[in-house]
Amino acid sequence: MTTAAEEDASRLETDDEWTVRLRHVALEKLPPEQLLPATQPAYVASWIYVFGVLTVSALVVIIASGAVLTIFGPSWWHTSTAGHFVNSIHIWSVEVFFFTMVVHLWGKFFMAAWRGRRRATWITGVVAVLAAVGAALTGYLSQQNFDSQWISTQAKDGINATGAGAFFNVLDFGQMLMWHIMLLPLIVSFIVAIHVLLVRIRGVVPPFAESSEGS
Amino acid sequence: MATLVLLHPLTAALVNLDTRARVLHWWFIQITVANLVVIILMVLVFVAALLIPFRGPGSKR
Amino acid sequence: MTRKAFNPDRDVAEWNGPKVPYDLLKEFAIAMVVVTLVVVGLAVVFSSPDDPAVTLQSWAQNSPVDFAQTALSELDGSSGTAQYGPPYNAGGAPQSVAGISPERWVGVHIPVNTAQDFVFGPLATLAGAPGVHRAVAIYQAASDSQKAAWATAYGNALASARTVDGHVVVARGHFGPVALMIQSLTAMAERGGLSGPLPASSQFSSVDQTKPLLFLSDGSYFAGLGSARNLTGDQWGMMNETGNYPGQAWLWLYTMWYQVPPIKSSSSADLLVWMIMIALTAVLALVPFIPGLRSIPRWTRVYRLIWRNHYRQAT
Repeated sequence: MTTAAEEDASRLETDDEWTVRLRHVALEKLPPEQLLPATQPAYVASWIYVFGVLTVSALVVIIASGAVLTIFGPSWWHTSTAGHFVNSIHIWSVEVFFFTMVVHLWGKFFMAAWRGRRRATWITGVVAVLAAVGAALTGYLSQQNFDSQWISTQAKDGINATGAGAFFNVLDFGQMLMWHIMLLPLIVSFIVAIHVLLVRIRGVVPPFAESSEGS
Repeated sequence: MATLVLLHPLTAALVNLDTRARVLHWWFIQITVANLVVIILMVLVFVAALLIPFRGPGSKR
Repeated sequence: MTRKAFNPDRDVAEWNGPKVPYDLLKEFAIAMVVVTLVVVGLAVVFSSPDDPAVTLQSWAQNSPVDFAQTALSELDGSSGTAQYGPPYNAGGAPQSVAGISPERWVGVHIPVNTAQDFVFGPLATLAGAPGVHRAVAIYQAASDSQKAAWATAYGNALASARTVDGHVVVARGHFGPVALMIQSLTAMAERGGLSGPLPASSQFSSVDQTKPLLFLSDGSYFAGLGSARNLTGDQWGMMNETGNYPGQAWLWLYTMWYQVPPIKSSSSADLLVWMIMIALTAVLALVPFIPGLRSIPRWTRVYRLIWRNHYRQAT
């Protein structure tokens, strides 16, 4: 049932509105049934398929525990047992994140998951790995302990050699902390979101056809 | 904070890893036991994911 | 209209076969529970490492001779930082591979003058020590050859120095003002007086530890702590964590290149390794476009295992 007001709104709508155009493109590329489907192709039947969602879950735990560490500040975990426990959650979720991400990458490689116009999905996945490595490095540099002192004095040489060290100073705790808690979480989350949307737009890659096997 | 206080007994490690690192040398390769365990587990989990029959949301029948 | 021939490593016919119920949200919820339990379990069982930071004070107290030697090297310009080159100063030769030298192109952006920042500057803040200020003035007014002679003499004396009650004791020699300057700086550090003057800026509370860290990393004391924890570059240390914790194992390839000749002995090792890693990362990202590499999945037939139900039903 549509109300008179709704009919009014649809009559006023024109196709040269940016907002309307965006909605049309979004609905065409990714209708709701495709964004949140109730079914998957019958070939989606292996434990290897769960490592993508496990990686996203680990990212959620990383961000949640990182948010708690942010609330209480960078010194909290050195002086409070509760803080130290949250730090333990944070670092172990990072280990789990990389663990599941690597297994996910291996699985997708052996499925040749870039086939059928899915190359952008593969590339965004690789970019996500790179951004995650940067996020992890700045996290290690934000620890304010021997480990962060050591890693910063070691990492400076490589980054200086690329010329980036002049602007991205790994010895500057303040700069590294801000990259770690602001820029890199945004970048990682954004790329992962694009990556997941691409999977929904293109669907899960079908198996190699029998006829093309070994040819 | 009440829940965090309840967690207090859990915040000390049950297994202490704050000990001198154990390192393996092989040819020119040096790796800590901890990292090697993680990498071996990764390979094992990958192989297990391929071999163990799937009984998840897509397995049907 | 021409269409490229079907390539099994690039193309695939879209799926028109049967579908099965698959609850993505439920899968995500279960994954969240599983990951949370695993992470909390690991945190409870293993906790996390937190080795206390090294301060200039703990360094000077635990190894005063090394502190004095390092301070001397900052004064006479022989330290690692003084000889570093860009982005800190014009000291050494920037890394360069086949004429490519981003370090040189970028130039000095984080200026560090080791004698001024690590010796003169801190000593100038010392109150009630006119002798020390006079020593600095005498040193600064001396000729370069005189400075070098004092520094060499004091360096030789430090090489056979003893520590008595935490103080550096050296044999007599012609050290000019250098001995008083270095001893005062070492004593200042032992008292904890060096945490204030060193940071990069005059802000009330600096979060930039660039200068103290460069000073610290010029000494043998800090390097020894890293080496004892298996963290140095030639120990594949980039992937290691303090204690027996797993570290950044994903850096294995990056840290490996430093062990491979001729990179191992190259003075531009860092630049070489970064070039290799950038090239390899590009290869990984572009696997879908690279003939041969993109055929490995089809050749290895691991996919037969992944989709074994599908192929069983197809036959």
